[in-house]
Amino acid sequence: MFKHLMVPVDLGHIDKLDRALKTAADLAAHYGAKVTYVGVTSPQPGAVAHSPEEFAEKLARFAAGQTELTGIERAGSHAITVHDPSIDLDRKLAEAAETLGCDLIVMGSHIPKRLDLGSHGGHLAALTHRSVMLVRDAA
Amino acid sequence: MTDTTNQGIPAPEGSSDLIETDYSIGQDNLEGSFGPFGFDIHNPVFMVSGIAIVAFVFYTLALPDQAGAVFSWLFSSVTKGFDWFFLGAANIFVLFCLLLIVTPLGSVRLGGKAATPDYSYAGWFAMLFAAGMGIGLMFYGVSEPMSHFSSSLGGTAAEGGVRSDWAPLGAAAGDEAASIRLGMAATIFHWALHPWAIYAVVALALALFSYNKGLPLTIRSAFYPILGDRVWGWWGHVIDTLAVFATLFGLATSLGFGATQANAGLNHLFGVPINNTVEVLLISGITAIALVSVLRGLDGGVKVLSEINMGLAALLLLFVLIAGPTMAILTGFADYLLAYLEYLPALSNPVGREDVNFSQGWTSFYWAWWISWSPFVGMFIARVSRGRTVREFITCVLLIPSLVCVLWMSVFGGVAIQQVVQDGYTAAQEADLPVQLFLMLENLPLASITSLIGIVLVIVFFVTSSDSGSLVIDTITAGGKVDAPVPQRVFWCIFEGAVAIVLLLSAGGLASLQSMVISTGLPFTVVLLVMCWAIWRGLVAERRANA
Repeated sequence: MFKHLMVPVDLGHIDKLDRALKTAADLAAHYGAKVTYVGVTSPQPGAVAHSPEEFAEKLARFAAGQTELTGIERAGSHAITVHDPSIDLDRKLAEAAETLGCDLIVMGSHIPKRLDLGSHGGHLAALTHRSVMLVRDAA
Repeated sequence: MTDTTNQGIPAPEGSSDLIETDYSIGQDNLEGSFGPFGFDIHNPVFMVSGIAIVAFVFYTLALPDQAGAVFSWLFSSVTKGFDWFFLGAANIFVLFCLLLIVTPLGSVRLGGKAATPDYSYAGWFAMLFAAGMGIGLMFYGVSEPMSHFSSSLGGTAAEGGVRSDWAPLGAAAGDEAASIRLGMAATIFHWALHPWAIYAVVALALALFSYNKGLPLTIRSAFYPILGDRVWGWWGHVIDTLAVFATLFGLATSLGFGATQANAGLNHLFGVPINNTVEVLLISGITAIALVSVLRGLDGGVKVLSEINMGLAALLLLFVLIAGPTMAILTGFADYLLAYLEYLPALSNPVGREDVNFSQGWTSFYWAWWISWSPFVGMFIARVSRGRTVREFITCVLLIPSLVCVLWMSVFGGVAIQQVVQDGYTAAQEADLPVQLFLMLENLPLASITSLIGIVLVIVFFVTSSDSGSLVIDTITAGGKVDAPVPQRVFWCIFEGAVAIVLLLSAGGLASLQSMVISTGLPFTVVLLVMCWAIWRGLVAERRANA
């Protein structure tokens, strides 16, 4: 059904992603799909990394850690650098889904960061033609 | 199996001398949501500056007369008492920048040895120029050369042993040719090397300490070599809060100028009345447009608008050049440039000045204004300058914009003065400052079209300033995080407009804006002087790391 899952991760809030990561791992095992963890950063130093390069390394390490933890067979990482993360995030994620050829996006819901009152997931779903699965916290 | 693909702007990093600190960016931030709006703000920088600004707005609205009196007292005491300080400090910034170009430190690359630029030269230049001068060039392009020309021609006058005229230096009583040269030199002095050196210092400090040293993109980071980990405490809070105030009042002043000029233009073209109501409506309307740009982000908003504006400004410049006395302007350009260099030592002399009105009322005010703009413009330039070498950076931030300003002033001021000298057309000379640009255009063909372009330029520059200003204040008040929730930017964008409105409405009008600018510019001058030293140390360490 699905061949390639894209899992956007916020390396600054890994603790809030637990359910989404587990869901992604289960789906990957079920469909035998590849998983790519995607992270977005800015050229400026941030909470996660001092530079885009360091960010990419951390993301790669995170992906490797997930492989060990969940036993996903094929996992990779993809770091995106944007000038203005607050604004460009969802659009860049949608573009990444296209360029990477992912057919399902699995993401955790995030604290709202936009005026549109919705989560990034909701906004992303409106921007992309790919399937989107938004994993919310347990009720 | 793990494959890492790194797509996007910054390519590889080279070796750089990262500062080791236990502070992690955003550790003092409060994160959460307020109703539907998310926030991620620095504690206490956001609260202190936010509450102070809101209180300031209400105070000025509630007691406009009292506030106006306070503002005018501030203006005269700061410009009179500290003119030597502003003038001296600005000279240091220029010399410091020129020194960096010629020393080996100029080869240090912002973002590490192997970093590549994020933006093309054209996009980069458009943004830094639109942010750095914008409205001011529209407001003063005609009016300042004209003022200095007229006052120089009028000669000196004294009351009680103190010069009461506004002419620069010793004036040039009755000598038309000498008055033109002196007037243009004095104008160029205010718009060329000095302001851009002020911006370059702040921008370089921010870019160096953030891209090469890995510290957050806020003003306090430049103080790390001096204060060490104390910059994360109250020292840093004070520095950042000061930067927020300086930015806000600096912006508000420009917005005030923009509103009065747009109003004057609309009055001139369409007979719209000139009053507070129209100006408040203009500021509100333009702030609303700025909000749209804010929501479109750096690349979709500011960058696009800056490029449109630079295109329009270039067209207007070219038109005035061709429609006016082209040859006279072109020879004037070279002549004014020489006059600038000739008068530069005398104009920049900080002590023992006889032309007190000029050096205090014009030069001191300008330096304070540029300095109060410097956290904003500097931070904005820093944000878009990754991947340039220090030498390339200073050349592009100091020398090229200076030349463009000389050209701008030569064309707009030159044509206006020629109209007076050659054609005896004195309408612009006799008019109020905001409308002078439009009266100069009226004496050229296609006046209604060019005036309209002039108004559009003022408005779009206004929007870009307001937009990039909100971006910068938001980053400072989010502790250097550039991915804070958008509603915060919206908050700052609205309050920039609000501050401009209440200051315009207060008893002093534009004078109130100017006095707030120079009062916040004064402490920030000290910040800039310390920055020069920090940059030097940082660059030396960087060279060592790359050796």
